[in-house]
Amino acid sequence: MIQFRDLHKGFDGQVVLDGFTLEVKDGETMVIIGLSGSGKSVALKHVVGLLHPDAGDVIVDGRPVSQLDRAGLMALRREIGFVFQFAALFDSMTVAENVALGLRRRGLSEETIAQRVGEALELVDLSGTDDRLPAQLSGGMRKRVGIARAIALQPRYILYDEPTTGLDPVTSAVMNQLMVRTRERLGVTGIVVTHDMRSAYTVGDRIAMLSEGRVRQVGSVAEIQATTDPVVRQFIEGRPE
Amino acid sequence: MIDRIGRSAVAAVRAAGRFGHFLADLGHAVRDVATWGRLTLVQMRRLGVDSLPVALFISAFTGIVLALQASYTFTGTVPLYVVGAVVGKTMMLELGPVLTGLALAGRVGASVAAELGTMKVTEQVDALETLAYDPLAYLVVPRLLAGTVMVPAVVVLGIVTGIVTGWLTSMSLLDLSTPEFVKGLKFLYQFKDVWFALVKSASFGLTITLVGCRLGLRTRGGAEGVGRSTTQAVVISAMSILVLDAFWAVVLL
Repeated sequence: MIQFRDLHKGFDGQVVLDGFTLEVKDGETMVIIGLSGSGKSVALKHVVGLLHPDAGDVIVDGRPVSQLDRAGLMALRREIGFVFQFAALFDSMTVAENVALGLRRRGLSEETIAQRVGEALELVDLSGTDDRLPAQLSGGMRKRVGIARAIALQPRYILYDEPTTGLDPVTSAVMNQLMVRTRERLGVTGIVVTHDMRSAYTVGDRIAMLSEGRVRQVGSVAEIQATTDPVVRQFIEGRPE
Repeated sequence: MIDRIGRSAVAAVRAAGRFGHFLADLGHAVRDVATWGRLTLVQMRRLGVDSLPVALFISAFTGIVLALQASYTFTGTVPLYVVGAVVGKTMMLELGPVLTGLALAGRVGASVAAELGTMKVTEQVDALETLAYDPLAYLVVPRLLAGTVMVPAVVVLGIVTGIVTGWLTSMSLLDLSTPEFVKGLKFLYQFKDVWFALVKSASFGLTITLVGCRLGLRTRGGAEGVGRSTTQAVVISAMSILVLDAFWAVVLL
């Protein structure tokens, strides 16, 4: 279980998270929606300790992330797969090397690594691209390699940062399908940060709307679709005012 | 005015504190041999071996010019074999390490800052962390070790190249014989010259890579930020080399 507890974070005097509180249950996929710059990605990065909170904390399976020592943080990160907005693949490495990097850190045998890389690439429909460099891939393919890199680790949690941003509708649908397939096959708990409502409705068990640094509303897909909250309605309908 | 001085002082203390944290984290990273061990050889090739052409090019022409200028200065006043002494001593004590250091500040410092800066702004450094790697062990320690070991190696080869081109110039353009050049070379030689050059150039290599890594990992703001870090890395490395040059001259000579 991942719990965001009264999380506060600001940059250069500007408040981004202002008492963000949310609970993500085991096995569910929680989608965090909100305007660009509302702090969705900032909240996500606190889960793996990439950012340190000004106040409050994120609790992962009872472990307060900001209190963990170096070894504790490394152990936590081994349980979490993180899919970055622009994939964050290593330019100088091939697709297979990118996917294998996290596995090497876990001290697995080369045989096991090769097997896991093959399985992960197959799951994201990218078998046969092992020797390609990231520069030779399309944006959608790069994001799928990012997912393969995360799922190859067989994590307990997967965090997706804007997985469909910048993709065409068809590729976005493929990504959504992939996230659903990943949850069904691997049974992982997921957090998806997005402002793409089609994606949110497809992959989410529950949706939380982040506004002014805190959760405005959280509920099932049906509850969010039926909301009467004017701010949430405006966002999900994409109305300018 | 007082307000501005106060703000500058606070900023300086903060910067020093951040750098202290960086060094402490580096201390932890050094223990992670499993991560940096295999990567260090790759960096030794990239930072050292790949820098040889530019370093040897500079040294070769420096040797030629030193021989000619020494001959111009000493002709008619002191025996010409002193040309060998000037070429050897100057290449070892000053021009070999400093010119190579400045060239590598441009080549290596810029390349390290640009590479790490790009990795930072494209979240590759964050990705390393989420894969349970320590970015300092993965990115910084191999470069620091490679710089500290390989810059002296490149400098030594540069010194040898400069002395050889100085000798060839003396033979072909100054009518100086090989025994006379070697006599001059031995005339003022001390073993201390060699280790002075090695210590100095090792400190240059460490500084160039440390500055490049530090500025690269602090990059913010996309392509513009990468450009800014790269330029700063070259300027600060070059200035640091000149300061270190003076420091070692005071301390060791």
